[in-house]
Amino acid sequence: MDPKITVRDVDFFYGTVQALKKVSIDLREHQITALIGPSGCGKSTFLRSLNRMNDTIYGAKLVGDVLLDGRNVYGDGVDVVELRQRVGMVFQQPNPFPKTIYENVVFGPRVLGEADSGKLDHIAETSLKAAGLWDEVKDDLRKSGLALSGGQQQRLCIARALAVEPEVILMDEPCSALDPLSTLKIEELMQELKKDYTIVIVTHNMQQAARASEWTGFFLMGELIEYGVTGEIFSRPEDKRTEDYITGRFG
Amino acid sequence: MPRQSYDMHLRELQDELLVLSSMVEKAVAWSINALRDRDLDLARQVIADDSKVDGKCIEIEEKAVQLIVTQAPVAGDLRLILSIIHLLDELERIGDHAEGIARIAVMIGDEPPLKPLIDIPRMADKTRDMLKRAMDAFVRRDTAEAIRINAEDDDVDALYDQVYRELLTFMLEDPKTITRATRLIWVAHNLERCADRVTNICERTVYMVTGKIDGLRASNY
Repeated sequence: MDPKITVRDVDFFYGTVQALKKVSIDLREHQITALIGPSGCGKSTFLRSLNRMNDTIYGAKLVGDVLLDGRNVYGDGVDVVELRQRVGMVFQQPNPFPKTIYENVVFGPRVLGEADSGKLDHIAETSLKAAGLWDEVKDDLRKSGLALSGGQQQRLCIARALAVEPEVILMDEPCSALDPLSTLKIEELMQELKKDYTIVIVTHNMQQAARASEWTGFFLMGELIEYGVTGEIFSRPEDKRTEDYITGRFG
Repeated sequence: MPRQSYDMHLRELQDELLVLSSMVEKAVAWSINALRDRDLDLARQVIADDSKVDGKCIEIEEKAVQLIVTQAPVAGDLRLILSIIHLLDELERIGDHAEGIARIAVMIGDEPPLKPLIDIPRMADKTRDMLKRAMDAFVRRDTAEAIRINAEDDDVDALYDQVYRELLTFMLEDPKTITRATRLIWVAHNLERCADRVTNICERTVYMVTGKIDGLRASNY
């Protein structure tokens, strides 16, 4: 299977602090890749470098290649807005806009120039359905997004990300603020979404990585220590540092 | 060092497993002593004690399940706990074989002996030695020793062949010995199965350390 995203020898610096060291990884299309590691290991920096979310940080610098479908996302002439449309992101805290549910979902398409209300209605419905939220909110689309529960808000944010038809969805600890049931809903949703999207998720929850992903990468102090099939990583990791971390003997 | 109490529980589980294996090893020794010395009380004791072995197995399994549900073990910890659960089965069955030998001892009762027992106690000694060392290799994560012990199953198989051939000769020469000879073949067969169980323990040791489930080498029986 061809990788959707290929990362080659990526170093990342916040000023003089090196946050990623020679990271190389192939992220496979229509699969879920989980990134685990202790706080400060670089996994979020890595995730955010995939759609250039780190660009705005003062003094941040990336060396190496990040290829989306073979094309360098840090190359000349890359439109960052278009990149982020293709590579969407869901954050740790559900962050709906203080707008209606409907307006939250169609926000992206509107910004990209879609004005046809029929098309926007269609986008809202399909996105909310894909995010597994439609049945819960279809009669309340004019209600504020902030009135939803935490789990619903996070699914609203996923619907909002889906509305601009991305190819890759990056999730930065999307369930850490959610209760177990909402967490399981998001995980089930991920299994549905991977049919159409490539998903990369950063998680502190090792059980979540084991449950929800096909591939797992373990980061430590800016290095990708081990990367492989999730079942292998959690049953017979090759590197002692991976073993120490996933069995809770590290840190 | 994080997870101290978890580590302590894992150690306790292994300690309990060693207690169980010594109970089982004693059962094998006593069953053969009972047979050799015609000690029916001892034989009945082995039969009665088997329920203690079974109870200990259940106790350890429950503790292992508790560790699984409360600690969500992965990697080496998971392989250790899974291996312990497998070993419980193996040890429990060795205990059953010892009980089987004790029941044969009771069945034989005070019938006149067919012949002095030589190779059968030898099989029992070898099997017990393998069991002790296999458990030691398990707790020390010693795969080289586990592989060595596994190969020693051939010695037990050879003794079994010898016992079988010898008893067959008795039966051919005098059909009146068939009942008594058959009982001794059952005893030898029980011991041969015990040694096979020990090889399974050795295989689990290799799995626990390496994560690879490869049968080391199939027994001839």
